[in-house]
Amino acid sequence: MELAAPVVAFARSQERPAIRRQHAHLSDEALVALVARGDEDALAELYDRIGRIAYGLALRVLRDDRLAEDAVQDGFLAVWRTAAAFRPERAKASTWVLTLVHRRAVDLVRREERRRAEPLAEEASVAEAAEPTEEAAWLRFERERVQAALGQLPDTQREALELAYYGGFSQSELAERLGVPLGTIKSRMFAGLARLRELLDDSAQEGSWRPEFTS
Amino acid sequence: METGIHELTAGYALDALDPDERRAYEAHLEGCAQCRDELAAFWQTTDALAVAASGPAPGAELRGRILAGARQEKQVVVPLESRRQRTVPVLAATAAVAAVVALALGLWAASLSSDLDGTRAALERAQSAATVLADPDARTVALEEGEGRLVVDDEGRAVLVADGLGPAPAGKTYELWVVSHGGAPQRAGVFPGEEQGRDVVRLDGTVGPGQVVLVTVEDAGGVDAPTTDPILGSLPA
Repeated sequence: MELAAPVVAFARSQERPAIRRQHAHLSDEALVALVARGDEDALAELYDRIGRIAYGLALRVLRDDRLAEDAVQDGFLAVWRTAAAFRPERAKASTWVLTLVHRRAVDLVRREERRRAEPLAEEASVAEAAEPTEEAAWLRFERERVQAALGQLPDTQREALELAYYGGFSQSELAERLGVPLGTIKSRMFAGLARLRELLDDSAQEGSWRPEFTS
Repeated sequence: METGIHELTAGYALDALDPDERRAYEAHLEGCAQCRDELAAFWQTTDALAVAASGPAPGAELRGRILAGARQEKQVVVPLESRRQRTVPVLAATAAVAAVVALALGLWAASLSSDLDGTRAALERAQSAATVLADPDARTVALEEGEGRLVVDDEGRAVLVADGLGPAPAGKTYELWVVSHGGAPQRAGVFPGEEQGRDVVRLDGTVGPGQVVLVTVEDAGGVDAPTTDPILGSLPA
């Protein structure tokens, strides 16, 4: 029995004991099933896979390190509490986790009255430039790809998507803020998201672009 | 087509519905396969938007905070919130009753033999295991590998209930190990394996939070460190 795993396998995180790495081969969905049985190591593995993206999303919505970390923490604790309710036929586990974190971030931003939806942040690129890892390179690539796709949307659709997803505005809030009928906002959001989906599918012809979140 | 509610799929995927609308949409979703498919596709797009928002990594201590938070909630929230967990007390009770029956059968078999010391030892083991199994505060830990479960009481005293192992091969024994994260396995006793059905074994020593219990097949009498791959393993206690 080999319990001492090579140190290099733990390089991504400060503390990766051998037992936890027994979960490294599991799918995200299997991890959620283990989390539902109270397996802390499965939760840790899930965080190691999705935590960074979840944090980036929360930071984008909240524009504040501390609040973003709170949203990620609350989101992952929601995962911990409600894992048994996860329905794999509805969504990928990674999507579900991101949804819980995003929902929490949106709740917080609405409460904090922090409403700053800006174009995709430039400072993030600077931070990653100093971080020449494969993960950082992939994230940079994806960001540019999505930005390019967003750039091809009609302005009104792009605005609706960004203000909703990154700004945390509800449809009715947007209707009020932009001074357009609620039905128009709903239509823009639907058309915008459907068009973005097509654009991303088109730009992903070569290989898999979708985030698999596996380490 | 009810354009209204279908169109909410985008707003739902983006978390942009007001609470009333969100509830209405979720209710609709239960009965509308078309919206569920559409939502799944939209979620792939919002995943991409999430990835596109990524930037600097979170503080290194966030991971520890989340795990500490989970640990604090473990005892309280998981049994109350989760559907699957809600059924566990019943299963655990069934397993405990079956385990006690297995203990009684073992005792009966031992009492038929003329080996008085063996009978006394079996009785002691059975009583010791029964004490843990009867403790209402004992927790049940599922196995990751193998059939059965581990029962651990407040003080870390533990009983392994293993199904279908069968007797260990000639000249061999089953040996129990308690393993901490990254630590060396600690011996926790040996057992021969029942001819059929269920083994109920009280572990030597204690099992602490986060530790796992493993079983390997070793030379009769047991060894100081495992020499084979585990045939049974618990989730962390």
